[in-house]
Amino acid sequence: MPENSRFIPGIPRRAALTLTASLALLGTACTGRSDSTASDDPSKETTINFWHAWSAPGEVAAVKSLVAGFEKAHPNIHVDIVGNMTDDKINQALRTGGAKAPDVISSFTTNNVGKFCSSGALVDLDPFFRKAGIDPEKTFPEAMNEYTRFDGNRCTVPLLGDAYGLYYNKTAFAKAGITAPPKTWSEFEADAEKLTVPDGDSYTQLGFMPDYHGWESTTEHYLAQFSPTYFDASGKSNLAEDPAFERGFTLQKRLVDELGGFRKLERYRAKLGDEWGPEHPFHTGQVAMQLDGEWRLGMALDAKPGFEIGVAPLPVPDDQADQYGKGYITGTVAGIAATSTKQNAAWELVKYMTTDTDAVVGFSNAIHNVPSTLAALKSPKLKYDPRFKTFLDIAANPHSTTTPASVNGGVYLVTIQQFGYAYESGKAGDLKAGLAKTAAQIDTDIAQAR
Amino acid sequence: MSGTLTSGRRGGPGSGAGGGTRARRARRAQRALRTFAFMSPWLIGFGVFFAYPLLSTVYFSFMHYDGFTAPSWNGAQNWRYVFAHYPLFWPALRNTLWLVAVMVALRVVFGLGVGLLITKIRTGTGVFRTLFYLPYLAPPVAATMSFAFLLNPGTGPVNSVLERIGVKAPGWFDDPSWSKPALTLLALWGIGDLMVIFMAALLDVPREQYEAAELDGASPWQRFRFVTLPNISPIVMFAVVTGVIQTMQYYTQPLIAGKVASGVIQGAGTQFEPGYPDRSTLTLPQLVYNLGFQRFDHGSACVVALVLFALSTAFTALLMRRRGGLVQAGD
Repeated sequence: MPENSRFIPGIPRRAALTLTASLALLGTACTGRSDSTASDDPSKETTINFWHAWSAPGEVAAVKSLVAGFEKAHPNIHVDIVGNMTDDKINQALRTGGAKAPDVISSFTTNNVGKFCSSGALVDLDPFFRKAGIDPEKTFPEAMNEYTRFDGNRCTVPLLGDAYGLYYNKTAFAKAGITAPPKTWSEFEADAEKLTVPDGDSYTQLGFMPDYHGWESTTEHYLAQFSPTYFDASGKSNLAEDPAFERGFTLQKRLVDELGGFRKLERYRAKLGDEWGPEHPFHTGQVAMQLDGEWRLGMALDAKPGFEIGVAPLPVPDDQADQYGKGYITGTVAGIAATSTKQNAAWELVKYMTTDTDAVVGFSNAIHNVPSTLAALKSPKLKYDPRFKTFLDIAANPHSTTTPASVNGGVYLVTIQQFGYAYESGKAGDLKAGLAKTAAQIDTDIAQAR
Repeated sequence: MSGTLTSGRRGGPGSGAGGGTRARRARRAQRALRTFAFMSPWLIGFGVFFAYPLLSTVYFSFMHYDGFTAPSWNGAQNWRYVFAHYPLFWPALRNTLWLVAVMVALRVVFGLGVGLLITKIRTGTGVFRTLFYLPYLAPPVAATMSFAFLLNPGTGPVNSVLERIGVKAPGWFDDPSWSKPALTLLALWGIGDLMVIFMAALLDVPREQYEAAELDGASPWQRFRFVTLPNISPIVMFAVVTGVIQTMQYYTQPLIAGKVASGVIQGAGTQFEPGYPDRSTLTLPQLVYNLGFQRFDHGSACVVALVLFALSTAFTALLMRRRGGLVQAGD
């Protein structure tokens, strides 16, 4: 039979074959995970790619200086640095791999650590640590160890950190007759009320903006002071079981009610400047106390406020007064791409950036973040404003806590925050029922992600 | 024909009837090849940019796929999750439908109104055309941020003016009941695209039809209803259909407005609360991003994408069926 007589009838068969091939391709496409093992020789001449998220000129220069220090110590390993790479872009590159994909990545957020570890997108670093004779438990603060691993897989390592504390307006404190920063939440409530100067339906000065939209006063930052356990041993949400959550939500709601109520506070908040500009309400004196990270000190000083700035750890519950000094810890993380064919060379860079005391101290001095090793936190080479010491102490405090990594990123934190909005506004009245429902939602979301 | 075909099939090689059939088949095949060759640019584009992504989306909607590990079959789980357990889906669907119903309708009416106004103006036409068209050229992010600052309930000039004249100022992007109307205002401000299209259509209406209507004593409203509208109805249909599709893809403006108004701006890749305030600016395309690229749940993201596709198709089909009511026969 001539070939062309089968042309038309052949189309459905070929289409079916093409479709099958396409589906097969789909089934195997875009799975960036690689089973490659570290077999490269780090003593040989090589070039590796390092992607990071810093973008400000000063920060980019600091990264270059850090890498220059590494290249000086390892003249055979050259590093191509790519900046301004946020997690969205990094995720894509980790999926696809390739010659231009990163060997080493750093991410500003710990949200994706769970996914990076569980999917194998970043390699487990424990074998590298063992090989190098470094014990992470003795090298990094406990909270930092927690947020860099998931389900026993340490696929990231801390690369400087952030610690949260209390900023206060010393001038306003003196005017209100307050002599020292509050150490317990009871003292904090009393001080916040004393510092609040109402002005009809608004305020001349607000003691503290307790709303969850009050920039850094998010649920996880409040809750850290109550040392909650987010998940039980089986990985289920502990929101309804651990009383720390109920206590944290109750405290925040009481602050909202005591300082004028949700509507009045939200109306006031809408008038205030944004978090990252010079018109931040703490800089302008519109808010007398502020829950914030260590970076606020530099920003506040740059804004040249007309008052003296005080810094202290956040208060603790009255029955945990002995733990005063703890706080919420998070930070930047670094890891090695599973698609990298130069993992041993990549490890040399990661090891240098995250565990070499002088390198960590130098980088910390340059970008004013908290050093991420216990040795660097105590280093005499650290240069800082005396007030910055508060954050170094919070980072080193063994009672400081963080939010654990989860398989679906920070979804559980957003879910808790969503409940927080409903509770502070009065939309959700029954706290216990709300916490139980939120815990069920978190479990459902995690089950969906697994 | 069928008899010839039958005998051709039965005839042995070299038979006269069989040879004729083979020649016809060869010609038909050649014609088919030529047709495919001419159509190939479109076919390739259709296949690569529409059919393949659509098939992939359907395929992944039944898979557990986090973007890193190999996809695995999980049946209707993603569909169940999105419809029964994902708390953002129904608010986002309601908001999207609200925007389709209100924003698209108002944009078409306002665009037509401005187009009519511009065609009636005798002096300074160029200036007015430019003034009305310019906002459309503003980048969506910059325009939305400007609106968020203008409509800031505490410090925005709009509320200052309203309060000065004794009007109770709304919360705009900070109030769940005003956030969508505020987005609609933003969309009306950038009406330049529809204005130009309607203006061209209005200028294309034959003058003699207006003259005839005037001679028959038709009022301005009757001239609009019985002359203008039938002539421009294909353009109205175009504006509605493209408006529905654009609104189904509405992402940038509600996202930026919510983020700016909430005052909480995180870096890309980090989790954030979408839909501020109180999920009122949440739209379906935001869920596709949230699920696919923040939660690493590509399967569920594909489900939402397919819902969007189905809705767009349904709206378009409905409008096309109603086309007879809007478009004259022969248009």
